[in-house]
Amino acid sequence: MEEIKLMKGNEAVAIAAVRSGCDGYFGYPITPQSEILETLMAEKPWETTGMIVLQAESEVASINMVYGGASCGKRVMTSSSSPGISLMSEGLSYIAGAELPCVIVNVQRGGPGLGTIQPSQGDYFQAVKAAGHGDFDLIVLAPSSVQEMYDFVYDAFDLAFKYRNPVLILSDGAIGQMMEKVVIRPQTARKTNDEIIEECGSWAVTGKRGRTRNISTSVELDSVEQEKFNEKLQAKYKTIRETEVRFEEINCEDADFVIVAYGLCARISSKVMEMGREEGIKIGLLRPITLLPFPTERLNELSKRVKGFLVVEMNAGQMVQDVRLSVTTDVPVEHYGRMGGIIPAPSETFEALKRFINKLK
Amino acid sequence: MAGLKVEIKKENLVYKRTELLTDNTMHYCPGCSHGTINKLVAEVVAELGIEESTIGITPVGCSAFAYNYIDIDWIQAAHGRACAVASAVKRLHPEKMVFTYQGDGDLAAIGTGESIHACNRGENITIIYVNNATYGMTGGQMSPTTLMGMKTTTSPQGRDSSLHGYPFKIADMVAHLDGVSYVTRQSVHTAAATRKAKKALKKAFEKSLANKGVSFIEFVATCSSGWKMSPVASNKWLEDNMLQAYPVGDLKDI
Ligand SMILES: Cc1ncc(C[n+]2csc(CCOP(=O)(O)OP(=O)(O)O)c2C)c(N)n1
Repeated sequence: MEEIKLMKGNEAVAIAAVRSGCDGYFGYPITPQSEILETLMAEKPWETTGMIVLQAESEVASINMVYGGASCGKRVMTSSSSPGISLMSEGLSYIAGAELPCVIVNVQRGGPGLGTIQPSQGDYFQAVKAAGHGDFDLIVLAPSSVQEMYDFVYDAFDLAFKYRNPVLILSDGAIGQMMEKVVIRPQTARKTNDEIIEECGSWAVTGKRGRTRNISTSVELDSVEQEKFNEKLQAKYKTIRETEVRFEEINCEDADFVIVAYGLCARISSKVMEMGREEGIKIGLLRPITLLPFPTERLNELSKRVKGFLVVEMNAGQMVQDVRLSVTTDVPVEHYGRMGGIIPAPSETFEALKRFINKLK
Repeated sequence: MAGLKVEIKKENLVYKRTELLTDNTMHYCPGCSHGTINKLVAEVVAELGIEESTIGITPVGCSAFAYNYIDIDWIQAAHGRACAVASAVKRLHPEKMVFTYQGDGDLAAIGTGESIHACNRGENITIIYVNNATYGMTGGQMSPTTLMGMKTTTSPQGRDSSLHGYPFKIADMVAHLDGVSYVTRQSVHTAAATRKAKKALKKAFEKSLANKGVSFIEFVATCSSGWKMSPVASNKWLEDNMLQAYPVGDLKDI
């Protein structure tokens, strides 16, 4: 029988970590995601699966603990909310530079600065353009339900190990805090040290038993070698763009107007789509599931037959820039957003869409 | 010395280079203590027979590349974060020997938080702290442990307490923490000091292997390039000045 539980998005992340065979979680409290660490501490997975959970002294420490664990080939993760993710920038860059797998969860709140603890999507640029210094990409998944908060932990670890790359789950305070039914999977066993040596032995730091030494590092003082490494990374990112794009499309086949939205805004936008359809306006919804890689090609295809895109976000207009970069036609792309932790209501979003449509007439 | 064959009779052999040191030429400057301390680490790991189960964490600083010289598994950490990295590695590999190797800028400036908290949590690791009172790698700037009146590129008039505060005695600080079982201060500026330091290092490793919490070993060290002195003058200056501010000996042993 399926195991179904009612839980918060943040709890779902914690339970998914344990159930998916995660080896270690390192985190520091910050609203609206503290339930992840709290749930893990209450679950005591070190007594069941052997997973370790450690409350770090800061997000800087958390991400560097993740760096250490990932260097060992272990399945390790951290979570935080916006200000904490800013503190992780250098560590993320080191992890990408040493080509290590790991999972990071950002349950976004509004900024800048200490800002608000209410939900926001203000960290889109940070996630997909500038997670840290140097030329590197994260893989970014955007859940829009508590079930996806759960499932994406599994997907994120799979992608992280497939590409030896950090994977960010970009969520927000609403998805983290709201409660929904979640289908929970049976326990996956953690990898044994021998399995890790077999699968990751060419790079993981496990003690050099029976092989030459492994070194987990991102430093290369020879520019020629560093550029070769940069090219290797870029080739990997190209493969990721070609193979890992994920999105959900609803009613786009006959749509005149397509709303592009992810996470919480995609849920709001699907209501807007229904409201529009009731009034005879043919609205479709494209929900990027991977924000990096971005569904560039699909948006461009759609741009050849739709009359306009409305990008709905809880920010000042960030993903809208990627939609504009995706379309090669002159189809109008408009943004509607709220900031400061305000969640746009379906009614006001529908009004914004109608204003957009009227402007085009 | 290619082509030169040196034969030493077994009974005359008093010292042998440990095989755990690689053949790579060390990049450390003449007169720098890092080379000697790297060698001590290699010798201790080899003598304990734990080369296949030891994981070292290098810092950002002159010793970032220590991984080129000691034939074990290594992780190169971000500036100051070695103790956070080591905490995770040791918890995920409780049966392994895990140590960090850090300079005074790395451990006692940018990484103070990570270092103190790893000590306070009582992580079962050894922290090797090489205090040369300057930022060697970036060209001899002032560090928290720079001596009063000492001239560096960022304290050209000499360290002045009204501007820069006082030499930071972090070993004394961590000795007060319950998670720390062994704190010792050593130097390698003479052969006798080096022999003593090696004993202390071995003890630190043994305590870590026995899961006794943090072993913290400070090496009062030279940086001849940063100090702008010859190797010989550096050793003399260390004895006359550094060892006055940072006297050698055990600060804690439980
Ligand atoms: C975040 C960051 N800040 C600054 C630096 C530049 N940096 C490299 S090494 C170093 C100081 C190293 O000094 P210390 O830790 O005392 O080691 P030493 O080189 O003297 O052995 C600094 C400031 C850096 N690499 N990263």
